[in-house]
Amino acid sequence: MMTLDIVKEQDNVKDGVDQDTVDAVREVGGKYKHGWSTDIEMDYAPKGLSPDIVRLISEKNEEPQWMTDWRLEAYDRWLTKTEPTWAMVDYPEIDFQDQFYYARPKSMAEKPKSLDDVDPKLLETYKKLGIPLKEQMILAGVEGAEDAPAEGRKVAVDAVFDSVSVGTTFQAELKKAGVIFCSISEAIREHPELVKKYLGSVVPVSDNFYATLNSAVFSDGSFVYVPPGVRCPMELSTYFRINAENTGQFERTLIIADKGSYVSYLEGCTAPQRDESQLHAAVVEIIIEEDAEVKYSTVQNWYPGDENGKGGIYNFVTKRADCRGDRAKVMWTQVETGSAVTWKYPSCILRGDDSQGEFYSIAIANNMQQADTGTKMIHLGKRTKSRIVSKGISAGKAQNTYRGLVSMHPKAKESRNYTQCDSLLIGDKCGAHTVPYIEVKNNSSRVEHEATTSKVDDDQMFYCRSRGMDEEEAVALVVNGFCKDVLQALPMEFAMEAQALVAISLEGSVG
Amino acid sequence: MARTAEKTNLTDARIAALSIPGRGWSVPAREDAVNRLRAMGLPDRRDEYWKYTRPDTLTQVTPEPAAVFENDEAPLFDGIDRVKIVFVDGVFDAEASDDLSLEGVRIERLAEANSDLHWARDLYGTLETNGQTPVARPLAALNTAFATDGMLIHVTGAASKPISIVYRHESTTSDVILHHLIKLDAGAELTVLENGPAAARFNKVMEVEVGDGASFHHVRAQGRDHERRAATHVFARLGAESTFKSFTLTVNGVMTRNDCVIELTGDDASAHVAGACVGDGAFHHDDTVFVTHDAVNCESRQVFKKVLRNGATGVFQGKILVKAGAQKTDGYQISQSLLLDEDSQFLAKPELEIYADDVACSHGSTSGAIDEDALFYLRSRGVPLAEATDMLTLSFLAEAVEEIEAETLRDEINTRMAAWLGRRRG
Repeated sequence: MMTLDIVKEQDNVKDGVDQDTVDAVREVGGKYKHGWSTDIEMDYAPKGLSPDIVRLISEKNEEPQWMTDWRLEAYDRWLTKTEPTWAMVDYPEIDFQDQFYYARPKSMAEKPKSLDDVDPKLLETYKKLGIPLKEQMILAGVEGAEDAPAEGRKVAVDAVFDSVSVGTTFQAELKKAGVIFCSISEAIREHPELVKKYLGSVVPVSDNFYATLNSAVFSDGSFVYVPPGVRCPMELSTYFRINAENTGQFERTLIIADKGSYVSYLEGCTAPQRDESQLHAAVVEIIIEEDAEVKYSTVQNWYPGDENGKGGIYNFVTKRADCRGDRAKVMWTQVETGSAVTWKYPSCILRGDDSQGEFYSIAIANNMQQADTGTKMIHLGKRTKSRIVSKGISAGKAQNTYRGLVSMHPKAKESRNYTQCDSLLIGDKCGAHTVPYIEVKNNSSRVEHEATTSKVDDDQMFYCRSRGMDEEEAVALVVNGFCKDVLQALPMEFAMEAQALVAISLEGSVG
Repeated sequence: MARTAEKTNLTDARIAALSIPGRGWSVPAREDAVNRLRAMGLPDRRDEYWKYTRPDTLTQVTPEPAAVFENDEAPLFDGIDRVKIVFVDGVFDAEASDDLSLEGVRIERLAEANSDLHWARDLYGTLETNGQTPVARPLAALNTAFATDGMLIHVTGAASKPISIVYRHESTTSDVILHHLIKLDAGAELTVLENGPAAARFNKVMEVEVGDGASFHHVRAQGRDHERRAATHVFARLGAESTFKSFTLTVNGVMTRNDCVIELTGDDASAHVAGACVGDGAFHHDDTVFVTHDAVNCESRQVFKKVLRNGATGVFQGKILVKAGAQKTDGYQISQSLLLDEDSQFLAKPELEIYADDVACSHGSTSGAIDEDALFYLRSRGVPLAEATDMLTLSFLAEAVEEIEAETLRDEINTRMAAWLGRRRG
């Protein structure tokens, strides 16, 4: 078949080929769709990591002393830790002193009183990202934009541009419901009692190498508090972008769902193309009290590096949800298509009786990408339930690993787990691996784990081809079918985006 | 991970307490093994593959004493026409053993094979060495270095009857290291039976080279002694169109670690490894299985079933590794536990590592109690509770036992399991 690169370079296309197709192919052919960067003056802290940098980050965020101390303690702990090596990922050693730990757009040096002050180039960035917003208007600082009718479903966005939250929308409406949705730096200033109580209570400061690093240097992130009995009136969403070269991005997200509340949180990411690898170590903590429910959905589409493994994001993420109260419920859904290296295990601690944890994941690794991702389900309470559905797709020379733990503690009587891990291989140069840990310490619980590994079914391919699809379309369709269980778990807005992403991520993997 | 001083000290102390036995062809291989062992160090809890099993009683210089168990059952495999080889606490017992002659097979003892041109020279320690990557198996290197005896079996044709190795345990403090080497030439056939508790602490390695088109069957029952400890390794390399089948029954034993490392190197080969274990009380049983597919169109099956009660622990760590180019691989792995009470536990790590695309690999792992519905059904048909529980337990174990090809052997194993269920210790 004709490769995309050839199509792209041919200016004279055969008759009968629709011009739209040519344009579309040209746009995506072999190139990363979001591979551009906006030229904005950045305010950098000097390269490297030291107590002074930690203090500087704290100072820049106008943090109180207790927060600075917290960070410094984390920094001290970090010095005693070593990078984990157990994951099936292989990358050149990271020089942690060769990173910027703080960068923010210059225009933020003076906090804008209104969004009018926001650098227009920033807004341009959001536009290119395709942020589905009336929020565009709000971010642009249009007076009274909050009152303008939103088309379709409402999504509140806390947009993170590199390290600083530049605009938070729908504040008023959320406020009316009593929901706090702001940047974590704002929360540290405005709601210290909540932050003090919950920060580090799910992912302790010294949990792991990257979480400890994050605790010391996190520059910003999102904070959500949903009060008792409140159903959050809209989906909350954060778009992360890494824009500056050589900037580590260290977000910290803290979500608290108080008794009987509900919130759905969307996280989506794109990053511009860079030649040098970039480091990302985020921490997400979720606290779910009695009868509360949290849905956390992620589409991770950072720059994966080129076909030869040059560049790309290193993504080391610690995400954990703690179902503290009885009947608490959490659902992680993730579509991981980007990053050169992914190291990520969103976990559920099922502490409350009858609490539930779910994990739905699609991980696609193409070209030279390496993904080591999965989940942990720690059953502590009685009659707790968990479900894991993981779909891994490997293509090119990529390595894709599912790594997970299901643990039934002696007191977690009558609990239940079901795990389904399927891997699909496209091409004979890639790898698909499954590393589940299963620990059952009582007999009234049932644990079931199933995993399969196979290639794209020849019959399905033949059927699609015989209906006139080209090979890439056919693969995209078959793979989308393979991922169906997970795609269905995503909120509508993301499901569409994710479906398209699945196809885009696999470009160039066949033929 | 940085190696701890304790690990180095432990390894040095263990090596210092042992000496390479004898002279002759095996010495270079044994010296290499000592170096390997020093380089990797004896296992501790920080090692990934010892996460669920405490290795200390297997690695310490002096073994924990183990009382000899008065077994009231008739010896296993007694009714089978076989060539019997007896070791008492690791010492070959010529009187109790049969004449070591069998048509198409040459049977010798490691301790006595001194000729420098011995066929075993090229095989001793080689499969063990291959089996050290990607996961270190230090206890096997220790074995290669310091094994005091073992059988060297060279099969050139189809053996007319099985070779049966019986391990008796009479001394409460015996610490035994045996190393068997089995080589099957192209087209050869052999069945090896092993049974008995062997020693207070038993370290055994069996290296099996299965030639093209050859077939090897292995049925083993580890002794009923409650206090015995064992670390065993089977290393097998399979040629084209060859067959390897191994089944292990473990009843009791305070600590058992069975490693099985199989490499399919010839096209169209088939390897089946199965285990049934029934554990009670102070019982820790670990099956660690590593199957590597390095040829086209091979098949592998791992079937492990564990019945646990009164606080027994069962561990399964299994891996199917499909190397690049090993297309048309059919790999299957199942590990299941039946927990008969609240105190028992099952810890599993069933892994797949796959670098070829045209494969069908799957694994499953489950854990739970006896199915209440099935129990209710049987009771509603007038079957008493205890009997119904036994029936369901045996049917749970059946998938593993069915991996034994010979019906007579299968029946013997089933009888033993039923007897265990009937005893209801404690």
